[in-house]
Amino acid sequence: MDPARKRTVRLVVALCAAVLLAGALMYTSFSASSEARTPSQLLNTAQPGKTYQLTGKVVAGYERKGTVTNFRVRDRAGNVSVPVRYEGVLPDPFRAGREVIVDVRKDGDVFVGEKDSLVTKCPSKFTADET
Amino acid sequence: MLVAGKACLILALGVCVYGIGASLYGARSGRRQWVASGRRAVYALAGVAVVAFVILQAAFLRSDFSFALVTTHSSTTTPAFYRATAVWSSQEGSLLLWLTLLALWSSLILYFTRRRLREIAPYATAVLLGLGAFFAALLVFLESPFDQTIGPVPAEGVGLNPLLRHPSMMIHPPMLYSGYTLFAVPFAFAIGALVARRLNADWIRHTRPFTLTAWFFLGVGIVLGARWSYSELGWGGYWAWDPVENASLMPWLTGTAFLHSAMIQEKRGMLKVWNVSLVLATGVLAILGTFLVRSGILESIHAFGASTLGVPFLVLIASMTAGSIYLVVSRAPQLRSEHRLDSLLSREVVFLLNNLVLVLMCAVIWWGTFFPLISEALTGRRHSFGPSMFDSLTVPIAMALVLLSGIGPLIAWRRATAANLRRNFRWPILVAAAVFVVALLLGAGDQPDALIMFVLAGFVLGAVGQELVRGVRARRVMAREPVPVALVSLVRRNRRRYGGYLVHAGMAVVFVGIAASSSFAHEQDVQLSAGQSASIGGYTVRYAKPTAELVAARNGRLERIDLGADLRVTRGGETTVLHTERSFFPSAAPMLGPVSRFFEGEATSEVALDAGLRRDFWASVAPDTRRLDARVKEGDKVFSEADKAGALGPEDRDRLLAQALQGLTASYASNPPAATFRLLVSPMVTWIWLGALIVFCGGLIALWPSPRAVGRRVTAAYAARVGREARVPV
Amino acid sequence: MDFLVILVVLALVVLFVSAPLRSRRSEEEGESADRGELEAARDAKYREIRDAELDYRTGKLSEADWRGLDRGLRAEAVEILRRLDELPTSGVDGRS
Repeated sequence: MDPARKRTVRLVVALCAAVLLAGALMYTSFSASSEARTPSQLLNTAQPGKTYQLTGKVVAGYERKGTVTNFRVRDRAGNVSVPVRYEGVLPDPFRAGREVIVDVRKDGDVFVGEKDSLVTKCPSKFTADET
Repeated sequence: MLVAGKACLILALGVCVYGIGASLYGARSGRRQWVASGRRAVYALAGVAVVAFVILQAAFLRSDFSFALVTTHSSTTTPAFYRATAVWSSQEGSLLLWLTLLALWSSLILYFTRRRLREIAPYATAVLLGLGAFFAALLVFLESPFDQTIGPVPAEGVGLNPLLRHPSMMIHPPMLYSGYTLFAVPFAFAIGALVARRLNADWIRHTRPFTLTAWFFLGVGIVLGARWSYSELGWGGYWAWDPVENASLMPWLTGTAFLHSAMIQEKRGMLKVWNVSLVLATGVLAILGTFLVRSGILESIHAFGASTLGVPFLVLIASMTAGSIYLVVSRAPQLRSEHRLDSLLSREVVFLLNNLVLVLMCAVIWWGTFFPLISEALTGRRHSFGPSMFDSLTVPIAMALVLLSGIGPLIAWRRATAANLRRNFRWPILVAAAVFVVALLLGAGDQPDALIMFVLAGFVLGAVGQELVRGVRARRVMAREPVPVALVSLVRRNRRRYGGYLVHAGMAVVFVGIAASSSFAHEQDVQLSAGQSASIGGYTVRYAKPTAELVAARNGRLERIDLGADLRVTRGGETTVLHTERSFFPSAAPMLGPVSRFFEGEATSEVALDAGLRRDFWASVAPDTRRLDARVKEGDKVFSEADKAGALGPEDRDRLLAQALQGLTASYASNPPAATFRLLVSPMVTWIWLGALIVFCGGLIALWPSPRAVGRRVTAAYAARVGREARVPV
Repeated sequence: MDFLVILVVLALVVLFVSAPLRSRRSEEEGESADRGELEAARDAKYREIRDAELDYRTGKLSEADWRGLDRGLRAEAVEILRRLDELPTSGVDGRS
């Protein structure tokens, strides 16, 4: 095979491999990922057993019993809220009014948070205020 | 000085715009005075940016609250070190830092190349000034650091977020930014080389120190961030695959790939398209990294920053990407390889594979990071990866990387002698086998991923060790030096090679630490009352006693309340006493009561960490403050009634507040509620930090300029000249 | 006070940046791009020669392979040096 043909063959093989890898990646991405939902979206369309990534603000008045915390998460700009039960230590910046991201699964009336998936966003301007 | 600062920034913008025009005009018309003037514009930019930065820095240091930025990010009670570093804790300040650093490195490279790269440098200048103009424009029009405080000048500022009061956290941004801005230099020169159609390795040679330094600083920034996360935050992990973390890792990966493939271009004139694309991608990724932190388009723990910056950054990134692609495609003829590979059995091939693996790793991380946006664009719904998905994708790629980093040192350039291969691989494979056996004996068998990584790391360390031994032996044959001296002169004369080997060894150690601490960690969240014990990973942990303390700031005001626990940690008969606590900082929000504001502000953790070579014991506490609620409310009520009655002067108020809080802390200490603890036993975490140290030592060795080659001599005998000037390697 | 500072800085910047445009003296001759590229190629070739020897001494190349490679590399280096010497020398040359 002359060099130009060899080069074309190599290119085609490389491209095919890339497409296959990309396809595999796409497939696993969609099946292994969790959908992001706001509280109002979650209330409407959550299927039990499926994991969702919930984002929203913590409502004041959460309670902790031992290592379990029961808190509510509301829409960023609204009042619809969902109850979340989370087991484990809360992150340092966790506070009422802070934005959180947590992977949850619907279990009856409550959404159970997955272990270690609770992330509290750092406050917006690095200032020591704002509840 | 506010006006002076603003004027400096406007001047900076003007200088950038002028410099772009002058450089381009000078390049096009061949009139070198304009090119020189454009270069001076860069020096002037550096000067003006430094002046602006000093103005801001001075305002922070003397707590000048007429600066809005100082008021919102500092206070008189903030210690001097943190006042100085608070400059870049803000959006505006960090943009100014970015601009200043960019200007400084640009000045350096242009000074060093002022008589060289004459066709490329003007275009590179224009690109660097273009980036400078972008940031200067942001600072002038959107995010000015020199805004005046609205209203009367307050007596006290809001203070630095307590989460940032840690040395690592304050060095981390300048390190990262130095890395990002340093990557702009090879980016600009790559663009210049493409525009000028001068695509041999000259531009690479001159920008290499900057690429290496960028790699170094960015790496340090990443490790500092991980270390801070582990030892200062209450979650006990060092990497969360957060978009912002990923954003700093991606340019580092492509930068590493480039450092390798650049060597191939220098030696053999190959991979020109690949190299130039890598450098351009690294530059774009560096800007992308800056953008992700500042724009909030992805859900992230670091998603601070006004989204007003999102659109300008997007425009910049899009133009950089489009321009790069256009240039590479249109210069394709000049980017043809000069040679082909001599043999499949050569270091060049290993470098190629390593490049592919590194880029694959970067692509996978990129995909996972931007997947929420991509999936939203494709399906209308945001989907996101969890950390475990990232792990399962990157672990196999990391294994391939480690394997290649061991094979590389064992194979010769150009064409290795196949017969020698068996001899070269023997000892490293033996070391790997020994590690395999030891790991199995130590119980690593039930975690195959970790086991494989240990074995591969053993292979790398064996390979590097063998290379050092053989190199020293070769040197002693030539120079009869004692072993330590031989080692030093070997490394001195071959810095790139041995610095690189050391980096590989360090990375192997890092991966061992990561594998061990991820696969064999024990974690437990447990609630303990005073006196109770828990057991984890061979340790018995007893909540010995609660602690409660009021901590005053330098000016006598109360800075924070520390509630914590003393822990008696026993393992195998030995007991250590460790202490962990939570610090509660008061909120500045006006509507809160004077006592309750302490529990509505920020809280930071002081982690109990007993680090060792074999394992770390880590504990954090979340004290239960609910029982104090009643007393807190009462305290608030008392104060508000006293305020209404006008009975309290400020000094009395402070005294009574201190008394009330002291009562609070005493009651916590004497009658503590059960507290929640996170306990963590992670094996070999220290290896990560040690490995990183080795990596950076190796990087320094590779960076350090070699002793100057003997000057050229003009003789007729070329061959003799080659013999003389090539210098003996050992 | 502020305005004075600004004015001074502005003047300095303008003077500094425009200096090359106002100067009668012609710009120093720098290195030609060709010379730069050849010097980079030469240095890279020297490095290859040294690397090859180190590869041999640490057992990655047999002596026969090394000698052949070394000969070829030195020949390539000689070629580069020849091309360098053929370049017109410029006025003030950069350091190597």
